[in-house]
Amino acid sequence: MKTTLKTAAPAALIALGLATAASAELKIGASISATGPAAFLGDPEAKTLEMLVEELNAKGGINGEPVELVLYDDGGDANKARTFATRLIEDDEVQAIIGGTTTGTSMSILAVAEDAEVPFISLAGAIDIIQPVKPWTFKTPHTDRMACQKIFEDMKKQGIARIGMISGTDGFGASMQAQCKDVVADYGIEVVADETYDPKDADMTAQLTKIKNAEGVQAVLNPGFGQGPSIVTRNYKQLAIDLPLYQSHGVASDGFIELAGADAAEGVRLPGTALLVAALLAEGDAQKPVVTAYKAAYEGKFKQPVSTFGGYAHDGFALLTDAVTRAGSTEPQAIRDALEATKALAGTTGIYTMTPEDHLGLDLSAFRMLQVKDGKWTIVE
Amino acid sequence: MSQKHATLLVLAALIALSPLFFPSGYYYRIGALMFVNALAVTGIVILTGYAGQISLGHAGFAGIGGYACALAPVHWCLPPALAVVLGAAISAVLAWLVGRPILRLKGYYLGVASLGFGILVAMVLNNERWLTKGPDGIEVPDLGLRGLLKDVGLDLSNGEFWYGLTGIALLVGAWLALNLYHSPTGRALRALHGSEVAAGTVGIDVARVKLQAFVISAVYASVAGSLLALQNKFITPDVAGFMHSIEMVTMAVLGGVGSVPGAVIGAGILTLLPQVLTVFADYEQVILGLVMMLVMIFLPQGLVPSVLRKLRGKDE
Repeated sequence: MKTTLKTAAPAALIALGLATAASAELKIGASISATGPAAFLGDPEAKTLEMLVEELNAKGGINGEPVELVLYDDGGDANKARTFATRLIEDDEVQAIIGGTTTGTSMSILAVAEDAEVPFISLAGAIDIIQPVKPWTFKTPHTDRMACQKIFEDMKKQGIARIGMISGTDGFGASMQAQCKDVVADYGIEVVADETYDPKDADMTAQLTKIKNAEGVQAVLNPGFGQGPSIVTRNYKQLAIDLPLYQSHGVASDGFIELAGADAAEGVRLPGTALLVAALLAEGDAQKPVVTAYKAAYEGKFKQPVSTFGGYAHDGFALLTDAVTRAGSTEPQAIRDALEATKALAGTTGIYTMTPEDHLGLDLSAFRMLQVKDGKWTIVE
Repeated sequence: MSQKHATLLVLAALIALSPLFFPSGYYYRIGALMFVNALAVTGIVILTGYAGQISLGHAGFAGIGGYACALAPVHWCLPPALAVVLGAAISAVLAWLVGRPILRLKGYYLGVASLGFGILVAMVLNNERWLTKGPDGIEVPDLGLRGLLKDVGLDLSNGEFWYGLTGIALLVGAWLALNLYHSPTGRALRALHGSEVAAGTVGIDVARVKLQAFVISAVYASVAGSLLALQNKFITPDVAGFMHSIEMVTMAVLGGVGSVPGAVIGAGILTLLPQVLTVFADYEQVILGLVMMLVMIFLPQGLVPSVLRKLRGKDE
């Protein structure tokens, strides 16, 4: 899928080699998994980018110049993502790339962007993308390691020391399971039962029964994604397990409560972003104007609820436009330097402050501990 | 000049001269992808076109070739170039083990067995996270050859380098496949494609020759997988996925399953089409399906054999 949000004629001329790109005008490339297995992540991301570019151009663009977006759909295929990244840089001659919905596609784009020295903002979770720090690569979503830390912090506060884990075996669940087990000891918490399920499984009572029978278990953590966690939550209720249940940021949406049923989801805790509880944020919260504006615009235009994932794209775009404005230039080197110097930029995911050592720029405060109360998300903090 | 030499010459000329018309570096990438796909599909031509056997799990061999390049250099300090050889050797041994009992049977049992094999490889790559890092994929070390060429004064961009290397690999692969076609083994394969009973009657060891074709085609897929992984410097288990197996067979059938030029054309079209169709937004899959159906209805033998026949009149 290719969308050019300006007349196609200049692009065609450039393609034919008859004209060169005007240097002052910002051309942003994006390779997003708007279809395929990661479409539930990529679709809101693509819509968000298109919406934001339209909004920005209606307001007169950046530094008085319109912004052009070249958007491709890589379908979640890392090989395709690399081809589109090459196309964006070599053929479309963009000055920056946003995208890489999944870790695999991000790692593919990253290699091309680093090689060509073009700034790249990834929308995928894995820590490998920015660690070790690569000069041209940045990312907006918090890592699963941070989600683990936020959850364990909350458990520690509740005096929970022995937990059971039940994780999905998909990319998200398995990666978070590994990260959680890596940091759990720092919080003096012990994992006494460690179960997994296939994301396509329709029943997790066997695993939950094992966890329930584990000695001294005080809480259960479910790193997972998609419908698995909803089934876990329902089975949890059916087995009448009377322990706190923690879910991951992967299911931080109203859709989760719907799928699991408000009754079963009651009391579930998870680390989520400000976007999910926009209306509940305190007045004066730095993120409040950003998340309410984005939520209103997105839901008004697409008649769908906003998702955390669309928020990642929103923040990527905000980081980029902020950097270009500060740099006063669309040269890739200038954009990169400005991106790295981002300070206290409020996004939907958190407040970003980049440094040469940190190309994510978020800390644990980006997560809010949320709990389902009467079928609605509330902030616990 | 024989038809074999003419085919190779045209292919070499196309590979060498096309860059003169490339508007940007991106086209080198497309070219390199076409050549890698064409190499894998040439293996399918040997198996399906020559021997008449069907494999629905060839992506499994591509996965083995690709992950060999990702893992062997890191775990056993093997140079990436040798990892390609190692991957091909593992693929050949596995193809032999899978094919040996199956190919003694008549019919399409190989299709089912290879399907299971491909899915198994994909499952291992997805689930053995300690080794493969799972569904998120794994980085592949640099081949190092581009740096060497630079040292001797040949400074190529990444795109140009891979275009050249995969182009040469395809030429070698096509040359070997065409030689095989005219060799005693190739004749035996074509004989058993026509009739296994008749081939057996004239003294051809049917099971053994079929097994040879399967092993050779597995090596083609493995090398193609290695070249893809080294080129991308990153690989995910998708490369071993069922869809990739189907894609290979589709490319072969579209171009003309019995012909090496057909493999190149089929791979070329199906690599290029999705790139051209990005303009048509959501209709990409529909157009792809339509093209396939039209080719199958009007040119049932695939593009290249059908067009050649038209050109030559009815003398064939």
